[in-house]
Amino acid sequence: MKRTPLYENHIVLNAKMVDFAGWEMPIQYESITNEVMSVRKNIGIFDVSHMGEILIEGDDTAKFVDYLLTNSFGSMKIGQVMYTTMCNEKGGIIDDLLTYRLGENRAMLVVNAANTQKDFNWIVEKSATFNVKVSDLSMDYGLIAVQGPTSEEFLRRFAPDVINLSYYTFASYTIFGKYCIISRTGYTGEDGFEIYCKWNDTPFIWEELLTRGENFSVKPAGLGARDVCRLEASYMLYGNDMDENTTPLEAGLSWVVKFEKDFIGKENLLKQKEEGLKKRIRGLEILDKKIARHGMEIFKNGEKVGVITSGTFSPTLGKSIALAMLDSQLKISDEVEVDIRGTRVKARIVKLPFYRGSVKIS
Amino acid sequence: MKKYAKTHEWVKVDGKIATVGITNFAQDKLGDVVYVDLPQVGKEVKKGTAFMSIESVKAASDIYAPVSGKVVQVNTKLNDQPELVNKDPEGEGWLVKIEMVNQAELNDLLDEEAYKKLCEEEG
Repeated sequence: MKRTPLYENHIVLNAKMVDFAGWEMPIQYESITNEVMSVRKNIGIFDVSHMGEILIEGDDTAKFVDYLLTNSFGSMKIGQVMYTTMCNEKGGIIDDLLTYRLGENRAMLVVNAANTQKDFNWIVEKSATFNVKVSDLSMDYGLIAVQGPTSEEFLRRFAPDVINLSYYTFASYTIFGKYCIISRTGYTGEDGFEIYCKWNDTPFIWEELLTRGENFSVKPAGLGARDVCRLEASYMLYGNDMDENTTPLEAGLSWVVKFEKDFIGKENLLKQKEEGLKKRIRGLEILDKKIARHGMEIFKNGEKVGVITSGTFSPTLGKSIALAMLDSQLKISDEVEVDIRGTRVKARIVKLPFYRGSVKIS
Repeated sequence: MKKYAKTHEWVKVDGKIATVGITNFAQDKLGDVVYVDLPQVGKEVKKGTAFMSIESVKAASDIYAPVSGKVVQVNTKLNDQPELVNKDPEGEGWLVKIEMVNQAELNDLLDEEAYKKLCEEEG
C-alpha cells in the first residue's frame, strides 16, 4: 500500500488508518464528529497528499486542455483554479478535478487518488496529436488542506499575502522557509486553503501548522470528517455520486459544461441536454435518525425511483442527509421512501446545498 | 458475572436477567455512534442472531444476541444520547435487558481473559 509523506505523523497522532484507493490514510484521529465541528468552527487540517498532480505543458496546452475538459480552460487567467469534469466520448465522467493555470502554456490537473493512473493514461492517449508534454508529478508533491472559518486569519501569520487570494485563485509562497503553492480552495464548504509543497517538506509544514495553530484550535481531521463535510456542503464524491456511467448534467454539474467550445463527450451531452434528463442527483433529508447509505434503493408508491449515492448523519445539522440519483420527474419537497436494511424510511427531497459554510464566493 | 461474545457484546447476569451492551473495544472500532435502533420490549431473541443495530458516522452495525430470551427493558436514554455508547459502553451505555430462557448458553461466552486475548488478536 502507498503512504503519503505524512504517514509517520498520523501514527504519532494515533490515527486510525484505512486503505483508501491503495493509500494507507487516516480515517479519524479522535472522533469524526469532533473533527467536523473543528472544521466548521475553527480549523481542521487534512492530509490530501494522495491526490494526483498531472502537469501539461507545451504550445498546444490551452487547445488540448479545452478539448480534454468540459469547463473552459481558455477563459482562465494565470493564477486561477477551476473545478471541472473530464468525460469520455459518451459524456460519462472519467473524473472530477481541479485545473490550475500555471502559465500561458502550463496547466496542473489535480485528480482523485483512485483515478490518477487511469486519468494519466487517458490524458497521454488523447494528447497524441497535440504539441504537449504530460507528466505525472503525484509523488513529487504533498498536499495539506487547511479548512475552516478562521483559516485566513491563521495563515496570514506566516503568509500575509494570502489575504489577496480570492476564492479559486493561487500563488507561490515561502512558508516556514519552504517553497509552496497555496490556493484558496478545498472541499469542505468552509473558507480554506490548500498547500502544495515538496514531498519531503510536507511533514515539517504539517508540524508547524499544528504547533503554531494552538491558539486557533487547529486540529488534524481525517477522511471520515472530510466525507461528512463535503456531503453537508453537497459536493459530489467520485465513485459514489458519479462515475463513468454518470454525466455531469445528471450529477448537477451542468455549470462546468461549456457547450460553446469543443470537448470530448460534447456530442452526447448536447443530445442529453436537448432530450432532457431521465435521472439526476437530488438532496434527501431522511425523516428518521436512521442513515441512508450508498446503494440503498428508493421507492415512491411502491415503485423504484432511484438509489442513494452518498449518505451520512450530519453533526452540523443534527439530521440524516443523503444524495440520491432520482427519476427526474420528482421535485423538491416530494416525499419518497428509502429501503434501509429492510425498513422503508420516509425522506423528503430538499434543495441543495444542505449546508452553506464560510466559503467566500466572490 | 460478566461475560463476552466473540461478536463483541458483553453480558452481565443478575438471576435470570442478562444486561447486554457492546464492549469498549467495539465502540472504539465503530467510532461516533449517532443512532441506536433499539428493539421493542417483548421481542424474542435467539442467541447468535442480529436483533438490533447501531449507526455510527461510518457505518451501521448489527448487534447479535449473546443469549436467547425476551427483551424486558431497553435503555431509552440512548434515544436522546446515543453517544453514551461511546462514553460509557459498559456502564450507562448499556443496550437491553434480556430475560434468559437457557442459562446454559452462558457457558459458550468468553471470560474476561479470553476476550482480552481475542481483542489483541483482532487488533
